[in-house]
Amino acid sequence: MPVVMKPVETYRGDFTFSNSPQAIARFPFPFAEDSYMYSVNIEPATPREPGSVFEHWFDIDEHYVSEMAERGCVLEKDPQRCLVMPHMAQAAWDTLEMLMEHLAADYPEHFALERDGDQWLWINRPLGIDQRFTFGDASTLPFEPLEYITRQAQGDFAVLDQRDGDLFMDAGMVTCPADWSIKFDAGMSFKQWHAPVPGVAHQLGVFDRALKYLLNIQVGHPVRRLNWTMTINPRMDTSSETFHEWGHERGLVTPENVARLVHLRVELQFMPRLPRSNALLFGIRTYLISLEELASNPVWACRLHRVLRDLPDEIADYKGLTRYRQTVVDWLRQFDPQAKAA
Amino acid sequence: MSAMIEVQVTDVRQLTPVVREFTFVALDGTLPGFSCGSHVQVVLPIEGRTLRNAYSLMSDPRETGVYRIAVRLQEASRGGSRYLHEQVRVGDRLRIGVPSNLFALHSQAHHHILVAGGIGITPFMAYLAELEARGASFELHYAYRSGLTDAYGDELRERLGERFHGYDAAAGQRLDCTSLFAGKPLGSHLYVCGPQRLLDELKLLASAHGWSAGRLHWEAFAAPEPGQPFTVELTRSGQRLQVPGDHSLLEALEAAGVEVPNLCRGGVCGQCTTRYLSGEVEHRDHYLGEQQRGEALMPCVSRGGCSGTLLLDL
Repeated sequence: MPVVMKPVETYRGDFTFSNSPQAIARFPFPFAEDSYMYSVNIEPATPREPGSVFEHWFDIDEHYVSEMAERGCVLEKDPQRCLVMPHMAQAAWDTLEMLMEHLAADYPEHFALERDGDQWLWINRPLGIDQRFTFGDASTLPFEPLEYITRQAQGDFAVLDQRDGDLFMDAGMVTCPADWSIKFDAGMSFKQWHAPVPGVAHQLGVFDRALKYLLNIQVGHPVRRLNWTMTINPRMDTSSETFHEWGHERGLVTPENVARLVHLRVELQFMPRLPRSNALLFGIRTYLISLEELASNPVWACRLHRVLRDLPDEIADYKGLTRYRQTVVDWLRQFDPQAKAA
Repeated sequence: MSAMIEVQVTDVRQLTPVVREFTFVALDGTLPGFSCGSHVQVVLPIEGRTLRNAYSLMSDPRETGVYRIAVRLQEASRGGSRYLHEQVRVGDRLRIGVPSNLFALHSQAHHHILVAGGIGITPFMAYLAELEARGASFELHYAYRSGLTDAYGDELRERLGERFHGYDAAAGQRLDCTSLFAGKPLGSHLYVCGPQRLLDELKLLASAHGWSAGRLHWEAFAAPEPGQPFTVELTRSGQRLQVPGDHSLLEALEAAGVEVPNLCRGGVCGQCTTRYLSGEVEHRDHYLGEQQRGEALMPCVSRGGCSGTLLLDL
C-alpha cells in the first residue's frame, strides 16, 4: 500500500509533528516484557508483515518530507554533522547504491533508479529530485555521495570500517542522535563509543558478543535491533552539540502537560554489510510518539508503566529520564489494572 | 549457514595442468557484490555425499554479475578439487554460499606487501583492481613453479611491471621471506596467501622484526585434513553419529540434520565453536585459545579421538 506523505511538520520551535492513527498502529513498541534490561537483542532482519516498519530494509513513512526538511535545517546550521574520512569513500558509494536500489524497489510510487553502466538516473518524486550522475564520480553529484543520499533517507547512518577485529566509526550522517555526537565519536572503536552506557551492560558481556555478531554479518543478510529512550517534545535533533537548546526542557514537565510533552523515542537499528568496501552500515531509524498517542493502545500504556516504574536508576539516569520519570509513571498508572487495584 | 545461491558455469579455462578457472553467473537475479579478499563456499555433490569447499573470488569486484574462481587440483584431497577438474562443465549448475571476507585490505595501511604461494594468488587478483583504483602503494611477490602453479603470471608481470616479483621454483628461484621486511615504509602491511609453511614462516619473521600482529594478514587454504573415524554423541538430542575418516565433524553433523552456524569451514573464523562435555579432541583450528580448547572445539576442522565417544552440547 503506498505511503502517503504528510505536509511538512516541525520537530523544533512550534513542534507541529504528530502521528496519524496509521503511524501509531505501526509504531515499533520495543518492550516484549514488563521490565527492561540490556541484552544482545540482535536478530536477522527478515522482512515482516506488509505495512510494518520491519517490512523493508529502509522504512519510508508519512513523515518523510518533514524529516528531510529537518535534516536540511540541521545541516545548514552545522554542516559537520556529516563526516566521511577519506578511506571511507568506497563505503559511501556502497551506501548510496544500497539506499537507491532498495528505495526504488520498495517504494516505486516515490522513487526510481535507472542504470546504464555507470550512468545513473535517480528520481525522488516527494523531494522533486531528478538527478543524472556517474556512479563513482563525486563531481557529478551536488553533494558528497553519503551526504547526497542520506539527505533523502530517514534516520541517522553511521558507516563503520571493519579492521583489526573491530569496528570504527569513520563516517556517518548524524542529525537526530539521542544525545551523542559524530564529531566526538569519529574514529572510535565499537567499545569506545559505547563506553558511556551503564556498567551493567558491559559486565553482562553484551558488547563482546554484539561485536562478534556484527563482525560476521554477511552480504544480503542484515541484522536489526531496537533501542529506546524518551524525549521532551517531538524533537529529532537531541545531539550533544545542541544540549543547551533542549536539555532544560526536561524540567518543564508537569502532570498537566506530561502526556503531550513526553515522547517515547525508539531506534530501529539496521545493520547490513556494504558489499564492495566490506564496511558495515549502521542505520538508526528514529520513531517518536507522545504518551497521549501511545495511550491510545492501553496494552502499551500498561506495559510502559511497569517498565518505567521498575527501571534500574542507573539506566534511567543514562537515558536522561530522571527529572520527569515520576510524573510519567504517575500518569501511566491509570492504564495499569494491577497498580490501580493496589 | 547463510542462504545458497544457484549459479551456472558459463566458462571454464584450463590455466595450467593443475589449475582450472571457472566463471559463474546467477541463475536467478543478480550475484551480490563482494569486497576483494572474499571467498565463497561451493557445494560439491560427489558420490552421494556433499562437500563444501571455500574458494577465493578472483574476479574484479567491479565486474558485476560474474564470480570467478581458480581451483588447484590437490592430489591428496577429499575429492572436491578433483570433482571440479573432472566433472564440472560449461552449462552445469552449482550451489554456492554468499561471499564472506576474512582477508580484507586494511584501510590504514600505507603500503601493501602481497605474498602469494602457488594458488594463493587468487585473492590478490581481486585485490589489484581495488589497489589500482585507490592509487595505493603495493608490491606483489608470487612464488610458483612455472608450467604448473604459475596461473596469471604473464598477465601480472605485464600489468604490474616493477611491482611484480616472481620466484620460479623450476628455475631454482626462491622467495627470501626475510627480504620482505627489509626497508619497507612505516605503516606497511603484509598479506600472505598460500601453504601453511609459508604463513608460519612469515608470522615468525614478522614477530622477529617487531611488527605488531595487526600488520600481518593471512588466508590459509586450510581444508579439513582427513583423519580417523570417530564416534560422537549429542547430549541434547541423544543422537549418536559415526564420523568417517574423510568427513569433517561439521559435515557429519549437517548430514544428520544438525545445523551449526559456520562460515569459513577452515578453523579460523570462530563461527562454528561448539561446546563439548567429554571425550578426546584433536584440535586443528587456528581460533581457540588453550583454555577455550578445554571446553570447546571447531567441528569444521577438529576431530574426536579414535577411542571413546565425543560428547557434544548439541
